Amino acid sequence: MRRFLLACLATLTLAACATAPTLRGTGDLGVVIERAAGRVQIVDTSTQRHLATVAGLGDLSHASVVFSRDARFAYVFGRDGGLSRIDLLTATLTHRIVQAGNAIGGAISQDGRIVAAQNYQPGGVRLFDATTLAPLADIPAVGADGRVSKVVGLVDLPNQHFAASLFESGEIWVIDARQPQQPVVKTYAAGREPYDALVTPDGRWYVAGLYGEDGLALLDMWAPTPSIRKILAGYGRGETKLPVYKMPHLRGWAMAQGEAWLPAIGRHEVLIAGVQQGWREQGRVAVAGQPVFVMARPDGRQVWVNFAFPNNDTVQVIDTPSRQIRHTFKPCKGVLHMEFTPKGEAVWLSCRDDNRIEVYDTTTFARLATLPADNPSGIFFTSRAHRVGM
Amino acid sequence: MGRREQWMMLLGSGLLLATLCHAAPPVEPSSERRAVLLHWLRDDCGACHGMTLAGGLGSPLTAAALADKPAEGLVATLLYGRLGTAMPPWQPFISEDEARWLIDLLQSDRALSALPRAGGRP
Repeated sequence: MRRFLLACLATLTLAACATAPTLRGTGDLGVVIERAAGRVQIVDTSTQRHLATVAGLGDLSHASVVFSRDARFAYVFGRDGGLSRIDLLTATLTHRIVQAGNAIGGAISQDGRIVAAQNYQPGGVRLFDATTLAPLADIPAVGADGRVSKVVGLVDLPNQHFAASLFESGEIWVIDARQPQQPVVKTYAAGREPYDALVTPDGRWYVAGLYGEDGLALLDMWAPTPSIRKILAGYGRGETKLPVYKMPHLRGWAMAQGEAWLPAIGRHEVLIAGVQQGWREQGRVAVAGQPVFVMARPDGRQVWVNFAFPNNDTVQVIDTPSRQIRHTFKPCKGVLHMEFTPKGEAVWLSCRDDNRIEVYDTTTFARLATLPADNPSGIFFTSRAHRVGM
Repeated sequence: MGRREQWMMLLGSGLLLATLCHAAPPVEPSSERRAVLLHWLRDDCGACHGMTLAGGLGSPLTAAALADKPAEGLVATLLYGRLGTAMPPWQPFISEDEARWLIDLLQSDRALSALPRAGGRP
């Protein structure tokens, strides 16, 4: 398919090809990270099929993806600091740079023109032109304590801003990138060891999970002078934490029914905070292990949860109105990630240790398809292109 | 942590130190267990320390990074975790001999080549 499209492009005349290439949109496309092989698969969520593979992406042991606003290009952030831009339609790598020694993820600006990468080594945020990947700015993550920190929880915000958190320094940074070559940073003291963060889909609330204390740090981006507030403080009630064999991930998918559904740290619980209730705890749901991804189906009717080692063979589905576990199942070994189709009728699960992707119906919980994949980790669908904080 | 656990941990550390005073080479786990341990090393240790052991939220586990650290301390960290950090205890899943074998491997510069390659799908 790829060679065919390229051949058509090369001749510059479609008539030269036996048949014209099929025109298609990208709204039902996505990518699956094959972490150990340094490849991504391009998949079609309508036909539940693998379309193409793009290789040569470096170390993808922790990889994440954002999409251009035309949902044609995927930006892949690799562990080794690689930033790759992939054309989903031609299945080609259009640009690739190595922008840091050790990176963790990234974000794309509201207008789609700036790609931001968050780095562990050297710790900081770097801004790039989304079309050419030319560097725009380098923002070293030096906290108030003078230490260089690892950067986590980078998200895009409205008005060409980004927010990120500094693990060692315990700070939240809000980056004004309206002039992307001269970004302006505001810093806030957040608490001990923020490990990841989310912004709500309206762009108002930035929430950083804290590893070093019971609670989360909340920043109201709409306040005239934003300030940090601790929420769900002391949710562990002083009890000894259970060991955490994998850090949870936070993103804007946590919201359902006006509540944030959040993984507890060191407790086998999902915590529920009410946005309209000043982010106070509204309840908690006991689950099968240390939650890693706590993801609301796009309609918010269900929240799906996967778990850290040694419970990473299990997935649980919470019915949000009743806050009851609706379904528990063990789809495979090493369930690393979940991604809903744009309107949520199906969910794709990556089964790292079983080398496959499983697709499930979210109403009947029946398995719809199985796709082979080599050590799959993250699954990213293009519907993320049009959501703040994704 | 309860007092009982504290005692168990002290006892564990004591036994561990006593064992480690014999500088005998670590007992080689069975090939099945070696496969499990290497899989955990790449994928589960790798979740924090990086799949190529170069570090992530957790510190690097390359031979160079571990060169000047005493093996006993590393074995204790692996088995009992490290208080005040995100490092969890692996003692529920890994025996002391297995921990010594893993640390020996990590410090020897052979770990990366021993890790499972991409596999499964041709």
